Amino acid sequence: MPTIKSIDDLKRLREEAQKVKELRDQTGKTQVVVGMGTVGIAAGARETLKAILTFIEDQHLPDIILRQTGNIGLGGQDPVVQVILPGAETVTYGKVTPAMATRIMEEHVVKGIIVQEFRIEA
Amino acid sequence: MAYYRSTVLVSMDPVCIDKGALDVKEQLIRELAIYNLSEEVQVLDSPRIGDPESEGPDILVYPEGSHYIQLTTATVGPIVMEHFIKGRELQQYKAQMRDVMDEELGEPKDKEIRIILEHIGKIDPRNIEDYIAVDGYQALAKVLGEMTPDQVIQTILDSKLRGRGGAGFPTGLKWKFARQAPDTPKYMVCNADEGDPGAFMNRKVLEGDPHSVLEGMTIGAYAVGANQGYVYCRAEYPIAVSTLNTAIEQAREYGLLGKDILGSGFDFDIEVRMGAGAFVCGEETALLASIEGARGEPRVRPPFPASKGLWGKPTNINNVETYANVPKIIHRGLEWYTSMGSEKSKGTKTFALAGDVAHTGLIEVPFGMTLREIIYDIGGGIKGGKAFKAVQTGGPMGGCLPVSNLDLPVDYETLGAAGSIMGSGGMIVMDEETCMVDIARFFMEFTQDESCGKCVPCRVGTRRILEILERICAGKGVPEDLPLLRQLCSEIIQDSLCGLGQGAPNPVISTMKHFLDEYEAHIYEKRCPAKVCRSLITFSILPDKCTGCTVCARNCPVAAITGERKQTHVIDTDICIRCGICKQVCNFDAVVIN
Repeated sequence: MPTIKSIDDLKRLREEAQKVKELRDQTGKTQVVVGMGTVGIAAGARETLKAILTFIEDQHLPDIILRQTGNIGLGGQDPVVQVILPGAETVTYGKVTPAMATRIMEEHVVKGIIVQEFRIEA
Repeated sequence: MAYYRSTVLVSMDPVCIDKGALDVKEQLIRELAIYNLSEEVQVLDSPRIGDPESEGPDILVYPEGSHYIQLTTATVGPIVMEHFIKGRELQQYKAQMRDVMDEELGEPKDKEIRIILEHIGKIDPRNIEDYIAVDGYQALAKVLGEMTPDQVIQTILDSKLRGRGGAGFPTGLKWKFARQAPDTPKYMVCNADEGDPGAFMNRKVLEGDPHSVLEGMTIGAYAVGANQGYVYCRAEYPIAVSTLNTAIEQAREYGLLGKDILGSGFDFDIEVRMGAGAFVCGEETALLASIEGARGEPRVRPPFPASKGLWGKPTNINNVETYANVPKIIHRGLEWYTSMGSEKSKGTKTFALAGDVAHTGLIEVPFGMTLREIIYDIGGGIKGGKAFKAVQTGGPMGGCLPVSNLDLPVDYETLGAAGSIMGSGGMIVMDEETCMVDIARFFMEFTQDESCGKCVPCRVGTRRILEILERICAGKGVPEDLPLLRQLCSEIIQDSLCGLGQGAPNPVISTMKHFLDEYEAHIYEKRCPAKVCRSLITFSILPDKCTGCTVCARNCPVAAITGERKQTHVIDTDICIRCGICKQVCNFDAVVIN
């Protein structure tokens, strides 16, 4: 338990506490969801996830929430990636390879243009 | 900075550590490494997450917000496998989602400005670091590091902050008197004995943002030179008391209460004292007597508590909301604070909107907003599209204000001049179906019950007023009752010691002033215009609407309704007890009140 002995201590603690609080505060951020059920993983969802991770790291996009979920329930379309921009509807992409994932990130997540040719009906 | 797709917060509460949190964390890091996830998943230490006693050791996984509890080194593996590899939450280790719906405090409406309620529901009141993250204790640091006590008092004076308990006395002036008192030691007291029926602003602050009150008290203590503080909280608020105690404990652990706060050499500590449910203990001298362990009765002032208070020593008493304002004023500055409110009342005020208004609950508005804006724009108007009749501000000792007062700005002076009070912020809206004599009777029932009995005018006088009002409602009022009521009211106000007696007649005076026609209808015509007083109404059935369905007759508890199936039914008014059940059950609106 950190005892605060000076004003500097308090300021340091505030910064740490703000970081933790920011993590919990997710409203208004872009979400990318990867379907990682058994089927998804078998179809290569881990590689797709890796590609997305690499992209976020390379482009320094810390405000994006990358989530994984279980089987999204679109048989035969795995790996499935969903992009949810703040205030917009969920867009679902199917059979997303790492290369496709990078393009989705570039166009949809960064520029806001939906990649229509990869899109599937959810 | 590296990007992690997921972050795991591990609770490092001492209790969790006792129960093996460090081993759990180590195991977690090992498992993540095995699955090559170390670069994707970040593991951080965290202050307590859930309840350490029943849930620790526990972790919180973001971005999903999954809370896994009662972990052991053996359960970490499956969680890593399922959650991080397969993206499935492991239900058997997950805590039940807590209900986060807050019916008392909704989203702010357009015209609201939330300062006091700003962080409630958004920070964890049982986690001091959440408060620190939203700039908590920065004001205290500024005060202890850069300001003299006199500068603090001057700032509060300049802010024009006034007592939110209801009387509206300038807070800076109160602090100045306590500072100037020569005697020592001095005490800081927080009045959290919120007793007005329907009001819960203070409870919400204590339950949702307790550190704002503690910080305000500590700043005040530095200003007046006190080293010990007490929060007097009513026992009917067990959650507030427990949240406060947790907050005080954490503030002590972090060195924000106790000896040598922030290395400044200033000592201050706070304890909670529980009230036993007497309404009069919200009065400051009665409250002090109660803290001392004596009977909760008010005493003559002067001497005021600022010179002779707790145990005869200089004592400063402020309300919960007053203290909660202090850190905001210091931290965000005078210019910001005085930009809100009216000429003489700066800042905001919380209200508990209740009664026949569409959106009930807590609101916070700047001083000077009109009653109409509060009731219609924020409260959404009258429930069920009915007409507005009156609004009572300030709890059971407030006055009832009619339609003609709707455009009055809400501040201490205006409400006082209109015959009501600001009070602690209760606001009860009444629609056209409210009988004002009955309302006056209702409030008098409350105050005569809560009168402590010390002053005869209050003890006996409120009883007499109640008897007269009951008589009028029962249709037995006589013309002489009106002057008698007026005389009793003025004598009780004149001859009572404290605010309870002095305020008790307010509902009667204000209803007699604005709704005298209703009193007269009860007395002269034996008629209740709002059709509320049972002795003055009769129920009957409209023949053209009655279908003879027999529902009313079957539900009447005294068998006062007769009639054949498919024939018009009739109510025997001699048997009828005017319970109103027939009106409630009739599907054809055939039952009417005369």
